[in-house]
Amino acid sequence: MTDDITQRIRAIIAEQAMLDPDQITDEATPADLGIDSLGLVESIFAIEEEFDISIPFNANEPEKSEFDISNMGTIIAAVHRLVAEKAG
Amino acid sequence: MSGPVDEALIDAGRAAPAIRPAAEMTGRGGLRRVVITGAGTINALGHDVATTLEAFREGRCGITQLDFRDVDRLSIQIGGQVHDWTPETYFNRQQILLYDKFTQFTLLAAKQAVEQSGLHFQGALGLRSGVILGTAGGGLNTWDENYRAVYEEGKNRVHPFVVPKLMNNAAASHVSMEFGLRGPAFTVATACASSNHAMGLAFQMVRSGAADVMLSGGSEAMLCFGGVKAWEGLRVMSKDACRPFSANRNGMVQGEGAGVFVFEDYEHARARGAEILAEVVGFAMSSDAQDIVMPSAQGAERAITGAMVDAGLNREDIGYINAHGTGTAANDKTECAAVAHAFGHHADRLMMSSTKSMHGHLIGGTGAVELLACIMALRDGVIAPTIGYQEPDPECALDVVPNEAREAKVDAVLSNAFAFGGLNAVIALRRV
Repeated sequence: MTDDITQRIRAIIAEQAMLDPDQITDEATPADLGIDSLGLVESIFAIEEEFDISIPFNANEPEKSEFDISNMGTIIAAVHRLVAEKAG
Repeated sequence: MSGPVDEALIDAGRAAPAIRPAAEMTGRGGLRRVVITGAGTINALGHDVATTLEAFREGRCGITQLDFRDVDRLSIQIGGQVHDWTPETYFNRQQILLYDKFTQFTLLAAKQAVEQSGLHFQGALGLRSGVILGTAGGGLNTWDENYRAVYEEGKNRVHPFVVPKLMNNAAASHVSMEFGLRGPAFTVATACASSNHAMGLAFQMVRSGAADVMLSGGSEAMLCFGGVKAWEGLRVMSKDACRPFSANRNGMVQGEGAGVFVFEDYEHARARGAEILAEVVGFAMSSDAQDIVMPSAQGAERAITGAMVDAGLNREDIGYINAHGTGTAANDKTECAAVAHAFGHHADRLMMSSTKSMHGHLIGGTGAVELLACIMALRDGVIAPTIGYQEPDPECALDVVPNEAREAKVDAVLSNAFAFGGLNAVIALRRV
């Protein structure tokens, strides 16, 4: 998936991780990319702003959030869903 | 040096807040002993100390649906809000125009504390008395209302008292004016540790002889649209409940209110036959110097150990700790690790509870309201519970006094506060 949404998410994560967008692979976890909990909250905020969506995410129980942050692939898929839901 | 000190200056110095001769000091290391002779509060559990302690005993929760303008635009809609607050019951029209809610809460709590102490500050005592209070947000409601007026409503004029209302020292200044406290007076802002830092400094001032009586504690009134919206951004807030140390905890819940205490030189209190609620025996502060939001167990442990050393207490002397216990994943496991390491084997024998489960997190005012649970433990032999506790967490494997208050005789207690920015402040109290 290298559609427009995916590219924009990768650009946001890449900026946060100070990496090249090509390095943001689907398998990479936030920790792999050196993104800590505060960095993740910042990235989620940036994605919300970029797509004008609201992401259900609680830093206290990331594994229980409806928003799966296991790796970049799950994050990208979840954002696609939220963007589609918003479009109705 | 320009020769001997002028006699007139020495006389003036005796009247002003200054270090008194060591001969007058009676405590450890030539320092004076410091006792609490008055307490006052308003918070989500009640408008006074008696009602608050009753709620602690009953394990009653004061966290409810929030009620203020634009609350429907918040994703977090619960909090420990002060219920049935009618400022006109306590203040006249002119005072209400001048007092932000955090000042109103403070003045009410201070009045209760001073009344209980029986002190009057006319004359010489006023010169040797002061006030140190903690707050993180100060007049945040005033900021919120006036930003709304100029930005959202497009107004180009604000009330002339906006600045004196919102400034963080407003509450301390009004307390000094209300009671005639003419010695040291200032406000401490160290986020969630503000009240503990304030009370620690007040303790040190009375102990050193810099003042005879200090009013201390703190307040917060951050439950307004902007105040809660800012916290939402961090994504550490719970949408349903504050469940400290429970494996299924999912964040903190904000509260509001104030706690104010009268800290008094022991000999002064004894000479006038005052009722003593507890003795303040130690205080320590430390900085993690590490991360702006993530706490450090080492930094917390240094403050915990430091408070015991300052108090001349051993680990085994401590029977109860009022935890910082915010209900976030990060704080609770870090705090438990710090306590476990600081106390070793004794960690399994002491009790530690978080009353934030009942009144919410009062941010800069929280340590002050929580000190009431410490006083209750020492005086009444009742340990306030951690309510909302549902599932044990192996990372918080201490006796957190789950859900129900417990009777226990304790001789010495600690109160923890660990702030964003890595600033830690721990106070030690003892039964008198």
